[in-house]
Amino acid sequence: MSTILKTDRITMRFGGVTAVNELKLDIREHQIVALIGPNGAGKTTAFNMITGVYTPTSGDVMYTLPSGEAIKITGKRPSDIAKMGIARTFQNIRLFKDLSVYENVMIAKHLHLQSGFMSAALHLPWYNKEQKAMEQDVKELLQKVDLWDVREEKASSLPYGQQRRLEIVRALATGPRVLLLDEPAAGMNPKETEELTEFIRRIRDEYDLTIFMIEHHMDLVMEISDWIYVLDFGMEIAQGTPEEIQNNSRVIEAYLGVEEDA
Amino acid sequence: MDFFSEFFQAITNMSATSLAQHVVNGVSLGSLYALIAIGYTMVYGILLMINFAHGDIVMMACYFAFFGITVFHIPWYFTFIGVIIATALLGAVIERTAYRPLRDAPKNSVLISAIGASFLLENLANYLFSGRPLRFPDIPLLSSNIEVGDVQIQAICIVIPIMTFLSLWLLLHIVNHTKIGMAMRAVSKDYEIARVMGINIDRVISITFIIGSALAAIGAFMWGVRYPGITPMLGVMPGLKCFIAAVIGGIGNIKGAVIGGFILGLGEVFIVAFFPQLSGYRDAFAFIVLIIILFYKPTGLLGEKTTEKV
Amino acid sequence: MDKKRNMLLTAVCVVVLFGAACFAQFELDSYIRRIINLCLIYAIIGLSMNLTNGFAGQFSLGQAGFMAVGAYVVGIFTVPVELRENVFYAVPMNPLIADIEMPLWLALLVGGLLSALIAFLIGTPVLRLRGDYLAIATLGFSEIIRIIITNAQSFTNGALGIKDIPALNDVRYIYIATAVTFLFITALINSSYGRAFKAIREDEIAAEAMGINLFRHKCLAFMLSAFFAGIGGGLYGALLGTVDPKNFLFTLTYNFLLIIVLGGMGSITGSMLGAVIVTAGLEFLRIFDEPMALFGMDIPLFRPGFRMVIFSILLMVCVLFWRKGIMGTSEFTWDKFITFCKNPVKYCLGKGAK
Repeated sequence: MSTILKTDRITMRFGGVTAVNELKLDIREHQIVALIGPNGAGKTTAFNMITGVYTPTSGDVMYTLPSGEAIKITGKRPSDIAKMGIARTFQNIRLFKDLSVYENVMIAKHLHLQSGFMSAALHLPWYNKEQKAMEQDVKELLQKVDLWDVREEKASSLPYGQQRRLEIVRALATGPRVLLLDEPAAGMNPKETEELTEFIRRIRDEYDLTIFMIEHHMDLVMEISDWIYVLDFGMEIAQGTPEEIQNNSRVIEAYLGVEEDA
Repeated sequence: MDFFSEFFQAITNMSATSLAQHVVNGVSLGSLYALIAIGYTMVYGILLMINFAHGDIVMMACYFAFFGITVFHIPWYFTFIGVIIATALLGAVIERTAYRPLRDAPKNSVLISAIGASFLLENLANYLFSGRPLRFPDIPLLSSNIEVGDVQIQAICIVIPIMTFLSLWLLLHIVNHTKIGMAMRAVSKDYEIARVMGINIDRVISITFIIGSALAAIGAFMWGVRYPGITPMLGVMPGLKCFIAAVIGGIGNIKGAVIGGFILGLGEVFIVAFFPQLSGYRDAFAFIVLIIILFYKPTGLLGEKTTEKV
Repeated sequence: MDKKRNMLLTAVCVVVLFGAACFAQFELDSYIRRIINLCLIYAIIGLSMNLTNGFAGQFSLGQAGFMAVGAYVVGIFTVPVELRENVFYAVPMNPLIADIEMPLWLALLVGGLLSALIAFLIGTPVLRLRGDYLAIATLGFSEIIRIIITNAQSFTNGALGIKDIPALNDVRYIYIATAVTFLFITALINSSYGRAFKAIREDEIAAEAMGINLFRHKCLAFMLSAFFAGIGGGLYGALLGTVDPKNFLFTLTYNFLLIIVLGGMGSITGSMLGAVIVTAGLEFLRIFDEPMALFGMDIPLFRPGFRMVIFSILLMVCVLFWRKGIMGTSEFTWDKFITFCKNPVKYCLGKGAK
């Protein structure tokens, strides 16, 4: 399987603090890859560098286009990166709180809109055609993920689990090839986590996605991942299949250190 | 090209005397800007809001001084102290009524409230004191001219920088070496954590407004002596410019506000001195500097780079 | 089906109101017409301000400046060439523009486009930054515009202002401009672009992660807002018949701020409502500026300036105690209206229960 997303020794420094140090990731197409590590290990920072929220202090992020050509996306705007097919969710859910579920997902369709604002405001035929197609897509998507019935609800009024799901669906609506999930199971009980595991697998297969996620629920990670990276103090300390990681002494050490604090 | 030839002509024609005169004017205007800018920067540092009413607090302080000296015939030095107290109270009252109720409201609501407070003060002044310009009371000791060599200098031009640096020194002492100063720094670093750590946020904010307004009062008094026309709209332009001074220096940074104030004060005076034909545009200078600074160094000269947590 | 019905209802409403405008034009006296026209113009500018401040969440205070641009373009280019010597008596008009005369609609369009261009020039550096700097930069800019107008005497006649603008106290004309603005902005807000604006208002970081180019969309909202403010300003100039730098003090912007706060930031129909209430209210409040006697006693508070004190207190009260305004971010819709008409009691109870 070929590489779709790669980081070449990306480093992020904030003042004197090195949040991520020379991280090398290699994410293969159609896999589910997990990034784990204790709190403050630099996982979200790595996500932010990949999605363009931060520009790495040094190093590059490479992305393989459908044509097979690999391009550098370091320092590009988050919106441009989203357009290329890398979508994400956030650790502390960032829905458009006061807008409806439907609008939240429709907004994610805006990036592929071809019509300019004038044709949109005048509702010219080609805009209307695009709008219809968007509506159809969103309807199908929402029906598929059981959110169609609550489409008129405000996003913030949904129960927590559904908000998490909506955020994933919103990212899906941008039509990504790679989906970055930042702690999708945070705050979920075991049953919800199990459902989420199924959900992630399902969307991976149905939409032919590559999934890269940060997660603390080890059950979820070990069950679902094809490959795992472990980060501690901004550095990679291990990578491998779930079995290899479970038996890796450095990983156990890093985690035990955290458990003492907790 | 015209500009440059005129510029060089202006420089070569300028005698040492008039240059010294311009420097003195620039320094005193810059000091006044600095004093007012501190109030903006302190409030922004803590509440992340533009206190639109700050310029109007300056205006009110001028009216207080007018009433103290001209109407009630109180000696100017007592009036000066009275004005500082009254203005500080006014600042605290505005904070209490217009800003505190909106502490958890969206940022735009607070901004609108600040604009409302500013507009209310202007209209109140217009209503109570009439829109006709009043003359700031003459204080011979401060407004008389002193001759230094060939240069004629108004006494207040020497007093202004001295007062500014005394106030600045006192302020930095409070901020850096007292308990309340430490609390202020803590709140401006991280509002939420400071609250969790048991700092009384409301008290810190009130004191910030009191200090900022007191400095504004000192500035206003000297402003009045230097530029004696008082109108209800007096505070608007200086207010906008001083906020810009604070942005230029790096918002939230006290020393930055002082530097920004001097840049604007000196810049304005020199523009008018070198390009007399541009004097109609002197008020535009600050905004052009603002746009340039925001373009090249959005955090200001001394500002820290902040990254939003995602 | 419902969509078609709603569009039809809107069309009928627009036509009926046009009839009302014709009636007003022929039957009402010029003072009342002037107030109606002012309401309509304020509605245009309130809508334009709501576009940036309410929908895109970018706090701009430049409306007075953009209005001045529009008003001066109308002033400069619609005064008949033969009258210009009279108007520009102190400094003759610059030969570059002295012979250019435009019909009103063209001058309005030019004014709007010029405003949009200026918005682009200010927005490029400022819109990339923290939101509240925009407030200061736009406020400052609207003052700079005034300074430039006051100083560029051969173009604008400086502090003397421009008189003899062919006066337009025609309700039909201004009504059409307002209706077009209303329909355009409504359609835009209900399109994908409108959703993108709202996304930026709600959460910039999430919007950007969804592929919305922040700068492009903020700039678009800002320029459109300036365009309509320019048109509104042009109509304002034509309504007054004279323009003067003092007409466009930045405090003028606060009128529109009150309109959108009162009507609801992020509600188009709210802005329309706000415009009518504020304009009519400001007219009504004029009685507070006149000395008034009640039962032979003079009421001491009533003297010039009291009106604006009340106005600013209203603004404060509104934002302190009634932050959502009349409409909040919701809109008047035909669906709601019909449900209401069918069963008013049930509708209100249902709303209460929610």
